[in-house]
Amino acid sequence: MTQPRTLYDKLVDSHTVRRLDGEGRQVLLYVDRTVLNEYTSPQAFTGLREAGRDVFRPRSAIAVVDHVNSTRPDRDALRADRANDAQMSYLQKNCDDFGIELFDLFHSQQGIEHVVMPELGLALPGMVIAAGDSHTTTYGVFGSLGFGIGTSDIEHFLATQTLVYTRLRNMRVEVDGALPVGVTAKDIIMAVVRQLGADGARGYAVEFAGSAIGNLSIEGRMTVCNMAVECGARGAVIAPDEKTFSYLADKPRAPRGALLEKALTAWQSLRTDPGAAFDAYVEIDAAAIAPMVTWGTSPDQAAPITDVIPDPAHETNDARRRDAERALDYMALAPGMRLRDITIDRAFIGSCTNARLEDLRAAATVLQGRKVAPSVAAAVVPGSSEVRRRAEAEGIDRIFIDAGFEWRQSGCSMCLAMNDDVVAPGERCASSTNRNFEGRQGAGARTHLMSPAMVAAAAVAGRLCDVRSMKASHAG
Amino acid sequence: MRAEPFTRKSGVMAALPAANIDTDVIMPKTFLKGIDRSGLDRGLFHDLRFDENENPRPDFILNRPPWNEASFLVTGANFGCGSSREHAVWGLRQFGISAIVAPSFAGIFFDNCARNGLLAVEASDSQVGILIEHAEVGAGEVTIDLETQTIVTPERSFHFDIDERRKTMLLNGLDAVGMTLQWRDEIETFQSRYLAEHDWLA
Repeated sequence: MTQPRTLYDKLVDSHTVRRLDGEGRQVLLYVDRTVLNEYTSPQAFTGLREAGRDVFRPRSAIAVVDHVNSTRPDRDALRADRANDAQMSYLQKNCDDFGIELFDLFHSQQGIEHVVMPELGLALPGMVIAAGDSHTTTYGVFGSLGFGIGTSDIEHFLATQTLVYTRLRNMRVEVDGALPVGVTAKDIIMAVVRQLGADGARGYAVEFAGSAIGNLSIEGRMTVCNMAVECGARGAVIAPDEKTFSYLADKPRAPRGALLEKALTAWQSLRTDPGAAFDAYVEIDAAAIAPMVTWGTSPDQAAPITDVIPDPAHETNDARRRDAERALDYMALAPGMRLRDITIDRAFIGSCTNARLEDLRAAATVLQGRKVAPSVAAAVVPGSSEVRRRAEAEGIDRIFIDAGFEWRQSGCSMCLAMNDDVVAPGERCASSTNRNFEGRQGAGARTHLMSPAMVAAAAVAGRLCDVRSMKASHAG
Repeated sequence: MRAEPFTRKSGVMAALPAANIDTDVIMPKTFLKGIDRSGLDRGLFHDLRFDENENPRPDFILNRPPWNEASFLVTGANFGCGSSREHAVWGLRQFGISAIVAPSFAGIFFDNCARNGLLAVEASDSQVGILIEHAEVGAGEVTIDLETQTIVTPERSFHFDIDERRKTMLLNGLDAVGMTLQWRDEIETFQSRYLAEHDWLA
């Protein structure tokens, strides 16, 4: 009789080409798929070229342009400049030479890699997906194993279809109960990151479970898996269910007909066996979660919007106290200040964490009939060109534009400011993104992470604010 | 690609005593625009090392002798968290850093180090504490010997643990892709069977 296994361990087992040590802790792991971007892949292709190696299975890779491109609304005007961008043109050449499908800047399906893959139906249950971007954890939403790798490992994957992989420990994070109104998937994962700490899940693959996870939409679950890397997890899985299967049903590249029937049968086994042991258990009460915002420069430096900024003097751990003091200094904030008194200069809705259609709808619901505060520059960057089109078909673009948001083209944009969407030194931004690191949105920029609805509320108020109070006043 | 082997090295150790130092801080986005690995020494900790006029900030540790020629870093937990950008490791190597000691490293960064001949040593909190103290007063050279898995300061010596495979790769500067391709037939066989069983992926 076989031991009961976790979903994560099943995924590793089913992709093990050979064990590299006695106990199978280190394995040669078969990888189903990757998505390449223009900034972490160039040196991997150069490595292949220099060694005279080919790509093992070109159809297991796609490439997108997302990190460096401009998101200016008149994208067509950029055509003339495209060839001048070394990273975009080298990606084009690499895809041509090695036979890889490219979604370049002018492709109708261009977008942020982790938004594009699911909407095409290229991320499927049971897969192992490794890619040169830390937020590859997103694909765990389908009951697949997704994790980020560096450029050397991109090259290793392209040449061998495998990675030398060290098995992680298993952590189960169970989120039960009903989420209060105005509280979202983003608030769940921010609460988890705050509770575990920025390295609390380092060395673990996290399985998210519980009724509150089950009640989330697939897009909401993506947000949860996406940001699991912010507490150090290098894998975040959710067992697929009917919602997962129905999400995949109309995706253009997902299997159909008899193949789908066969796949569905196999996908039923993608769950943790009863009695399987985890190395760590965490329980979270969904009903106790309030809308979250960060106050510091690490995603775990977060608090419910109803709180005040914590006093580092109360921190018993010396290192954490110093980190908190440094963070408050960078953020120009003082202990004891109410979070909802923090004024902002910018509002940004975008990123692979929170720029899918549901995220834009949630923000638009808050913005309907309201105006962005005159002191705030607000922009929305849809997660993909497809999201942008669908939002326009629903009239959501009009709501954003009427409220005073800029309605831009797709890309990673101000999440990491590799392009020209930059927060100026000293400016403060309410952002639906995933990292509030020093300088993340621009040198000297100050970032507060929160849900898209909370960003919309902050944009209107001109300061951080509790979206729940805003909804009440609007209704009343 | 082959990495430069790491066997035994002596040099100055610089302390960056903070937890969760992320790869955005190690290598800011401005330096991610290239298609090769060059020019990243300038980018290393750029916003901490240089002011807005590109002048060195005199108080930053890596701008002050003797630490401006540091070979090693000792730092806080979860070093290298955040973005997967391998540019962070390339920049550390180009600056001259060949080993980093910390209580823990973020997963992607840890793997990236091994691929570039950068020794990432996980040490206990107390060992890291002692090394930080040693480094901050500039109390002489440190020697890191991978063969014997020891860190030696003029006053003390520590043993450290490292995974056998990682050690072998670092000692020999082996080409990981070349090593794996010795199993090419095995991978082909696995793939044929796997895609036959999962024919919706074929």
